[in-house]
Amino acid sequence: MSKFSDIIGGTLGATIANRFLLGIYTLFIVSILIFSAIAFLPGDYAKAALGHSATPETVAALQKELGLDRPAPERYLRWIGHAAQGDFGSSFSAGGTQRRLVIDIILPRLKNTLLLAGVTALLAVPLALVLGVLTALARNSFLDRLLNAATLTAISFPEFFVAYVLMLLLAVKFPLFSSMASMSADMPIVEKLARIALPVLTLTLVILAHMMRMTRAAIISLLNSSYVECARLKGLPEWRIVVGHVLPNAWAPIANVVAFNLAYLVVGVVVVEVVFVYPGIGQTMVDAIRLRDVPVIQACTLIFAVTFVVLNLLADLIAIATNPRLVHPK
Amino acid sequence: MTDAAETMSGEQLLDIRDLRIEANIYPPGESSQTITVVDGVSLQLRKGKVLGLIGESGAGKSTIGLTSMAYVRGGLKITGGQVCFKGRDILKGGPHAVRALRGKEVCYVAQSAAAAFNPAHKLINQVVESSLMHGVTHRADAERRAVALFRKLGLPNPETIAQQYPHQVSGGQLQRIMTAMALCSEPDLIVFDEPTTALDVTTQIEVLAAIKEAIRGTGVAALYISHDLAVVAQMADDIMVLRHGRLVEFGATREIINEPRQNYTKALVLGGEIHHDEQAPDGVPILSLKGIDAGYGDGRTKVLKNVSMDLYAGQTLAVAGESGSGKSTLGRVITGLLPPARGAITFDGRMLAGRLANRSKDDLRQLQMIHQIADVAMNPRQTVGDIIGRPLSFYFGTGGTENQRRVAELLDQIEMGKGFVDRYPSELSGGQRQRVCIARALAAKPKLIICDEVTSALDPLVANGILKLLLDLQQQQQMAYLFITHDIATVRSIADSVAIMYRGEVVRYGPKSKVLTPPFDDYTERLLDSVPKKEIGWLERVIEGRAMQSTRDQH
Repeated sequence: MSKFSDIIGGTLGATIANRFLLGIYTLFIVSILIFSAIAFLPGDYAKAALGHSATPETVAALQKELGLDRPAPERYLRWIGHAAQGDFGSSFSAGGTQRRLVIDIILPRLKNTLLLAGVTALLAVPLALVLGVLTALARNSFLDRLLNAATLTAISFPEFFVAYVLMLLLAVKFPLFSSMASMSADMPIVEKLARIALPVLTLTLVILAHMMRMTRAAIISLLNSSYVECARLKGLPEWRIVVGHVLPNAWAPIANVVAFNLAYLVVGVVVVEVVFVYPGIGQTMVDAIRLRDVPVIQACTLIFAVTFVVLNLLADLIAIATNPRLVHPK
Repeated sequence: MTDAAETMSGEQLLDIRDLRIEANIYPPGESSQTITVVDGVSLQLRKGKVLGLIGESGAGKSTIGLTSMAYVRGGLKITGGQVCFKGRDILKGGPHAVRALRGKEVCYVAQSAAAAFNPAHKLINQVVESSLMHGVTHRADAERRAVALFRKLGLPNPETIAQQYPHQVSGGQLQRIMTAMALCSEPDLIVFDEPTTALDVTTQIEVLAAIKEAIRGTGVAALYISHDLAVVAQMADDIMVLRHGRLVEFGATREIINEPRQNYTKALVLGGEIHHDEQAPDGVPILSLKGIDAGYGDGRTKVLKNVSMDLYAGQTLAVAGESGSGKSTLGRVITGLLPPARGAITFDGRMLAGRLANRSKDDLRQLQMIHQIADVAMNPRQTVGDIIGRPLSFYFGTGGTENQRRVAELLDQIEMGKGFVDRYPSELSGGQRQRVCIARALAAKPKLIICDEVTSALDPLVANGILKLLLDLQQQQQMAYLFITHDIATVRSIADSVAIMYRGEVVRYGPKSKVLTPPFDDYTERLLDSVPKKEIGWLERVIEGRAMQSTRDQH
């Protein structure tokens, strides 16, 4: 048996390292996919940018200037090499005579997006956990059905509809919050928070059901286990059983769903941004696609990929950290 | 009915009157039915006494035991009778009173401690949890008491074990820790629900001794639930025999063991009447293993070491050993699921490929397998006819009426009849399911069947029926059985030759009469010694014998 435990003992560090390497590998594959997908897109930036003045000569000259005449593998290597050092190159779209750096376009928008995502997460994740535990405790009761019906209704409507309903109620009928979430970088944080209140509420309603129901399901699936019966036979009250005995064993599936929803807050909220005129990264990407601004598109998609990989990595680490078999080997 | 004055006397601890428990079941395609799980059972238990509840699965023994904690499992409902604990009716107490009872006055020791301990918490925290919750004492004192109990129950390094997590501790140790957990809040009554059933016999005897010592030392009363009469006979003052939720017989342990009155009790006491005359090895072996090494994880974990044995046509080779001895791995090697690292398998005069993928269809057909748990070895969405018919069309390419005829014939052979063709596995009893698995193996007309613990999930009388059937079929069709089991009684009933395995090695091998007769090697002696006997005082005698042996060894 000692041999077996040696293998297990060696794995905690190895498992974590393995997850990190897998994450980097995933990013590498994704970067190739992003690059090829964009390279295969119909249309050509040079032609589009030159419009009516596009002659074969001018197109070739612009392509040469932008480096678009080089073979694809070479372009990929140059792009990924620079991106790995934080240099995403310059935007194709000329802002006056000076070309803007991609990082200058993206960074302020990314900060806004992370602010919105962060505040939403701070509200939605604890709320989802508490409601999940509550519905599990009161399973099949009126409260359980009401909460499930309400959250399911919220995700069943399109996001823009939820957004407009909230706007109508909380900005127009009862003007508590601003309906416009446009902001500038030098605003004080309190004002920023007041501005984003409605988008935060909208996004909370959108992601709440999934996390709450996963928490509920993860808890209920463990309520039949022997150790729960044993806890009941110790005379523990139901809430102590759920919080003290069930929840510590349920973190792994919950963390996975939370990670998935947090990633969505970064990569999937363009509709909400548009409704509230919020300067987030989703709008930036949509604009870049319209302009065929390849460096910006590539940078955005890569950031989205990193978000997914990092959040899933975190979920994996939580799953490992809450598994006593891995943390306390034999 | 006992006199009311007597039941109210100070000695009386638990008084269950006319208990009736029902369950709603929902058979597929039919409307719900109410079945009676416990039917009018009464029992009395005095302070400091141990009452054994014995019966097969479905007898209602755990259900009755749990009512003493005012607890019923999901789907069950108490519909009649009363349960009085120290003179108060605990079924009428309300949730608060019930919680005050559980874990303080009545404690529970579960069948599988490995599942009953929460994997996420340290053992010590779980052991003292109910003492702290009920305010019996403060943490430091509870922990001191727990560690003292660990020591008393014979756990090595009590302080270290206390700080460990359940998965870091062996099954036998967990069962003792669970007993300590029950004792920690100093209850008046402990319900032991099959506390040693999941353990190997050599571990079981140590746990039994520890539990017995703890009961005697603390004067706690106990309900001791088991399907094994030999075990209950060691622990209980009185025994209640239950069947189908009804009382069969109640009496002092001595009476039940020595003078059982009811036929069912007599059958339990006498046990299997299966007798099989050993046959001498004859001709060329049908299966021959030579120097098999095998393991998992690219040979990092070696499970089998230099295993050799022979099995002759029409005979049974029993491979016996405890969990971890490698006997199931041996089955996997022979079936080709785990290619051996070294060694040769000869089957019916030809070399067998190590890998399943390299074996011919005829190799596969002639070597069939029956698994321990029939429920999971069958597709729940196929009918019995489909399950048995599948090997017919797979190996012989037959179909239609020919298959129907063969399926009916096979159902006759397993003594079930063709009325079962359209049934689903969920509509069968445990014994019937295992019979269907036997029929499926027979359908391939094999020369060798590997039986992996085929009776260990079954009740003793049902298991006997399966063993009888297997022996009859062997007589008729001359198949060889490789019979993997941890149960020495089964080995005695059916084997021609025996291999005893310990830690991946064959420690003793030969004809049954030789292997099971002295002089023994140390391990076999300990193994055979540890099998509980239906004799009062057996446990004490073995423990005493071992103590004397170890004193002698020290001198």
